Amino acid sequence: MNTIISIISKDILSEFRSKDMFVSMFTFSLIIIFLFNLVMDMSSELKNIVSPAVLWITFLFSGTIGLSRSFALEKESDAIRGLLLAPVDRSLIYLGKFTSNLIFLLAMEIITIPIFIILFNYEFDQKFLNILLITFLGTAGFVTVGTLFAAMSLNTRLREVLLPILYFPVIIPVLLNSVRITSSLLNGNTLADNSASLQVLIAFDIIFLAAGVLLYEYIIEES
Amino acid sequence: MLLIIISFISVVISLYATFIYAPSEVIMGEIQRIFYFHMGTVWVASVAFTIVFISSIMFLVNGKRKWDILSLSAAEIGVVFITLTIVTGSIWAKPVWGTWWTWDPQLTTTFILWILYIVYLIIRSVAGDNMKQAKFAAVYSIIAFIDLPIVYISARLKRGISPVVFGPGGGGIEREMLITMMITLIACTLFFIILLRERINLEKMRDDLKLIKSRIRQ
Repeated sequence: MNTIISIISKDILSEFRSKDMFVSMFTFSLIIIFLFNLVMDMSSELKNIVSPAVLWITFLFSGTIGLSRSFALEKESDAIRGLLLAPVDRSLIYLGKFTSNLIFLLAMEIITIPIFIILFNYEFDQKFLNILLITFLGTAGFVTVGTLFAAMSLNTRLREVLLPILYFPVIIPVLLNSVRITSSLLNGNTLADNSASLQVLIAFDIIFLAAGVLLYEYIIEES
Repeated sequence: MLLIIISFISVVISLYATFIYAPSEVIMGEIQRIFYFHMGTVWVASVAFTIVFISSIMFLVNGKRKWDILSLSAAEIGVVFITLTIVTGSIWAKPVWGTWWTWDPQLTTTFILWILYIVYLIIRSVAGDNMKQAKFAAVYSIIAFIDLPIVYISARLKRGISPVVFGPGGGGIEREMLITMMITLIACTLFFIILLRERINLEKMRDDLKLIKSRIRQ
């Protein structure tokens, strides 16, 4: 537990000092959401179907930047070697990186959601508390495999370019279910109406968190 | 050699059964005959990707090169067959459903399966040295394999239109059609075994060549 907390606090501290990852991630999400809003006609009755997709694609794209940046920092001054030399289990390193990535992505998303509400002309109401919960579950799904694949892609010849190629096909279930639930919530349904999608989402998080814990050591050893 | 002869004979029988022996389907007509080959390829692809999954786990557990060779070989062949599945499926779907492609659960899953294993092959070509490439590919194939049922369930939450041939809700099937399908499955499986064996030998030869080259340099 101490190991995990120290990795998280190290990541947060270095981010507080430089702020470059957060700023780039957030600016990118802002640009995407503006672009979508600009080029699409949002007055139509399709709004509740299209806008959740826009929101989640925004989360996905800017999240990818954050994930790849977070591991690139470890590579830059060979900090990863220090982590690996520490006499701790590799799965704890994974859990530490997972949690700090999750915190960064959630921070970006919590600021993006109000902008989404304003641009797409929704009300600040109860619905968005539920959407926050879905955001948490969906982002956890993104980060489980994202943490693993960021480490993988940065150790290949293609580096950052490879990450989306590895990562997007695998997280399609998260994207499908998150968009479906968000869309249904915006249409005035409750979380209970979406229990099937919700279960799949939670199952994805648990299964791939376990897979990450088991498989991270094979990736990180080859850094 | 014997295997090649048996496989050749079974492919010929399967072609005969597909085009002449099997009766024409009442509603879909002649186009339904592509279905036998379609089933054969999807079967081979599933076997191939299951082999990739198992041998990837074995590789991570004991690190032996032979498991890595097996998963690489099976993955390459699997990608070829799943491509054929998609192509034959599209040709079948156009006259029957009136569209080349639709996002029904089985098609969605097949498409993602196809992409996942193409990515697997990309990893193998960009990951650098042998050990790293093998480990990354193994980890990726395990993740991909676990991912597929979840993709299917997620897509299933929408309604599907692919025919369910067996199992609850599936319609019956003519005896001649069933026999034709079985023959085609056997023919495709034998052909797959030959391809797999050749591919493994090729990879072993590459290893030998590397070894000889490095000896000459010394």
